Amino acid sequence: MSGDKILSVDRLTMRFGGIVAVQDLSFAAERKKITALIGPNGAGKTTVFNCITGFYKPTGGAIRLTHDDGKEIALQRLNDFRIAKQAKVARTFQNIRLFPGMTVLENLMVAQHNMLMRASGFTLLGLVGAPAYRDAEKRAIDLASDWLKRVNLLDRADDAAGNLAYGDQRRLEIARAMCTVPALLCLDEPAAGLNARESAALNELLLSIRNDLGTSILLIEHDMSVVMEISDHIVVMDHGVKIAQGTPREVRDDPKVIAAYLGTDEEEAVAVMESGS
Amino acid sequence: MDYFAQQLINGLVLGSIYGLIAIGYTMVYGIVGMINFAHGDVFMIGGFIALITFLILISLGLTAIPLILLVVLLVSMAITALYGWTIERIAYRPLRHSFRLAPMLSAIGMSFVLTNYSQVAQGARVKPIPPFITGGHTLHESPDGFVIQLSNIQIMVVITTIVLLAIFTWLVSSTRLGRDMRACEQDQTMAALLGVNVDRTISMTFVIGAALAAVAGLMYLLYYGLVDFFMGFVAGIKAFTAAVLGGIGSLPGAMLGGLAIGLIETFWSAYFSVEYKDVAAFSILIVVLIFMPTGLLGRPEVEKV
Amino acid sequence: MTAPSTHTTKPATGIAALLKTAVINALIALVLFSLMVGIRTEAGSDGQLTYWTRFGELASLVAAVFGGSIVIELLRQWIGPAGTERLVPPALQKGVSLVGRYLAPALLIFTLLVPVIFYNQRYILDLAILVLTYVMLGWGLNVVVGLAGLLDLGYVAFYAVGAYSYALLATNFGWSFWICLPLAGILAAFWGVLLGFPVLRLRGDYLAIVTLAFGEIIRLVLINWQDLTGGPNGVSGIPRPTLFGIPLDRSDDGLAAKLGIEYSATHRIVFLFYLILALALLTNWATIRLRRLPIGRAWEALREDEVACRALGINTTTTKLTAFATGAMFGGFAGAFFATRQGFISPESFTFQESALVLAIVVLGGMGSQLGVALAALAMIGGFELFRGLETYRMLVFGWAMVLIMIWRPRGLVGHRAPTVYLKKAQAISSDLVKEGHG
Repeated sequence: MSGDKILSVDRLTMRFGGIVAVQDLSFAAERKKITALIGPNGAGKTTVFNCITGFYKPTGGAIRLTHDDGKEIALQRLNDFRIAKQAKVARTFQNIRLFPGMTVLENLMVAQHNMLMRASGFTLLGLVGAPAYRDAEKRAIDLASDWLKRVNLLDRADDAAGNLAYGDQRRLEIARAMCTVPALLCLDEPAAGLNARESAALNELLLSIRNDLGTSILLIEHDMSVVMEISDHIVVMDHGVKIAQGTPREVRDDPKVIAAYLGTDEEEAVAVMESGS
Repeated sequence: MDYFAQQLINGLVLGSIYGLIAIGYTMVYGIVGMINFAHGDVFMIGGFIALITFLILISLGLTAIPLILLVVLLVSMAITALYGWTIERIAYRPLRHSFRLAPMLSAIGMSFVLTNYSQVAQGARVKPIPPFITGGHTLHESPDGFVIQLSNIQIMVVITTIVLLAIFTWLVSSTRLGRDMRACEQDQTMAALLGVNVDRTISMTFVIGAALAAVAGLMYLLYYGLVDFFMGFVAGIKAFTAAVLGGIGSLPGAMLGGLAIGLIETFWSAYFSVEYKDVAAFSILIVVLIFMPTGLLGRPEVEKV
Repeated sequence: MTAPSTHTTKPATGIAALLKTAVINALIALVLFSLMVGIRTEAGSDGQLTYWTRFGELASLVAAVFGGSIVIELLRQWIGPAGTERLVPPALQKGVSLVGRYLAPALLIFTLLVPVIFYNQRYILDLAILVLTYVMLGWGLNVVVGLAGLLDLGYVAFYAVGAYSYALLATNFGWSFWICLPLAGILAAFWGVLLGFPVLRLRGDYLAIVTLAFGEIIRLVLINWQDLTGGPNGVSGIPRPTLFGIPLDRSDDGLAAKLGIEYSATHRIVFLFYLILALALLTNWATIRLRRLPIGRAWEALREDEVACRALGINTTTTKLTAFATGAMFGGFAGAFFATRQGFISPESFTFQESALVLAIVVLGGMGSQLGVALAALAMIGGFELFRGLETYRMLVFGWAMVLIMIWRPRGLVGHRAPTVYLKKAQAISSDLVKEGHG
């Protein structure tokens, strides 16, 4: 695999007590590409995500993020909010985590917290109503409206986020992550629970994020129609280890992948595959 | 050394009392997930009921001390258990599916109700009883005249605690009620689907917790020879500290935490200052929660993202 | 509140069932009250405990429970089973919120006029000052509990820090109120940070109990550190506030003499009234302003979902600390005012009951609602006043009020949240959606 890597995961290991959730996992995500992390339930995908985004501290291994300007950041050394703030990695959650009691617009304003905090002179300038802060807030609202237009939620801007339909909440969460202006966007099962139409719209949204904005995306997904259609590169995990990687085509034809998904051994999988094709 | 040994005995006895109260906190927290703020006051009510029962029995002319103790124990356990049941029914059950702050505030309100109910009903003055169980054993006498005493009342407190703990452990581990309680602790909805009567199980939790608090109240009365309407607040916080120290939700932990708090408080009073003994207990609560939030025997909590 | 209830007891329907319920309740009451009410104990002069019976009181209490159960059961059948429908229909709620829009300015104007209307009624002025003090405390705690969702049961500690800061600085060094006021706020905020730093990692009930313990520690230290605080006797002779250096007394330098009007003790009361009103309004203004700033939005976001906040790069520790410190600072201001108003403070004024009272005001007000908190303070303190002279019954009633209010309206009086920013139209958000935080 060639090209410019934004994220390289090197021999990542995560243990919980005696359970090894991820073992010696290495893979890379290319800049301005969509990389998918797939695997059966319990393969350790979300654990990898949590390590990358700082919610877990890896037991071993290194996670390196390279920004566009060439600056390298060792993510395993940063924790918690600093990964989003300094390394510019944004994420969504498998079980949507919006701020349900705040409006759609407020959700997107909170995403721009760090920028607005600086603009408000860490509250002091904002408290006295300095014009510089007012301008910054206006720009923040503009960015938020822009994203609401993209995810088709502009007319719901003043509704409570908790009142949105499920599919809308998913899109809002992606918009919220994008409002942090991330270098890498990590999506944890963005298509889960979406119907076919919503799923197609999601594909378009993610492709436009990659093509128009050049944001690199790493996603976990079960929905193969999404994964196969938009991914540039796929990494397959099972039982905490990488079992295959490559283009969607390569992965689709890999007997080990099919075996992992069907829960059969390799020979049977090959048989299934041959009979199917 | 002798002084130390004496304090050790005193601390263990005090710790037994805290442990009995702490079990009530830990059980309720385990099942309903709330701090039963009024539990300290239930302990106080238990002490008062024991006191009043004593008075009545003595004025009836009873002299057989074991009989009196048994009757007092049973009466105060029964009536206090009913208090526990009623409190859950009135103040907590309607709020079981409400938002999280509501049961907590309701419990604080209930605590005020009980404290002041007792003050209105029995007056604000401290109520002493004459030493009831006297005598003791001299364990050791040092040349300089210091004596390590183990009084009969101390023996009684410890033995009662051990017996109750044994019964209680059997109850939780080997009876249907115990199994239902553990099921509700894991998952109330699932337990209900499997035919566990969740309401009754929770009620029983409060009943058992209150009965044990009543025993603690009786022990306190016998040991210190007095009760007052305000004793539930501080004792309650200390017992809660004990429950947290032991690992909230864990029954042996509650007892262990109780003993630890009793020892710490006694030694602090003996070697540092009596005035700051409560400060010491509260500081320990803070320190434990910060550095050991799961306590000594609690299960570690993995953050779910 | 739509969660399935496991409550399965059916409401009694027939007369027989009604009576059965009432009889059972009466029997339970009989057992509960039998010893505690039926027998009264008292320590005699010789230290011996005596007792006498009070079967009359016992009988009337049991009868009250019997009658009460019948009334409650009838009401329940009349209104319908509790929990299946809202007690307040949405249309009425809309009306209330409409009234709310004009209620706040009207209330403010009325408050400004209170000293004019009730100039000769010292009692009402004193009560108004007391209510305003609690309004301010409520607004201060609201930042912590209502906005940031951190449950603080030791708020009175910061009130105490403020009060003692002013009292000690003024009596020992003779510093004026206007210098000490900001210092009291800063010191309280400092203590807020000091406490907050280690404990804010804790979740939910643990945070509550630690803050409670902290409040008690402060009180116990105030009682026992006699050299500094005067112990249980407290600090007396705390200087009264001045109007920027002009004392409000009978002296020749006094305000009355300077203005050439006749001195009256009411001047000082009126001054204190406007002082606490100004402090309370400052708290209100700052809170409303902060809510619309990124820090305030981060507080509310923290209450909604802490994990999501971290994923968005928000430093949750400093965000919580600022909330804690801000709330503590307002508590400190209120404490300094309390000290100067009373002229005497002692640890007795800073018990857990005060913390619980302020928390009850915030929750009854509807967490996060400024108007709701003000109304709740008025209702609570006003209600308390009704029991003046019945001190022992006062806390009994307060406790029952807390329980019943929680059952009646766990979300408080004002059940919606106003957004801090909007594109087209600000819409109130139902409090059913708003989270209460886990801290």
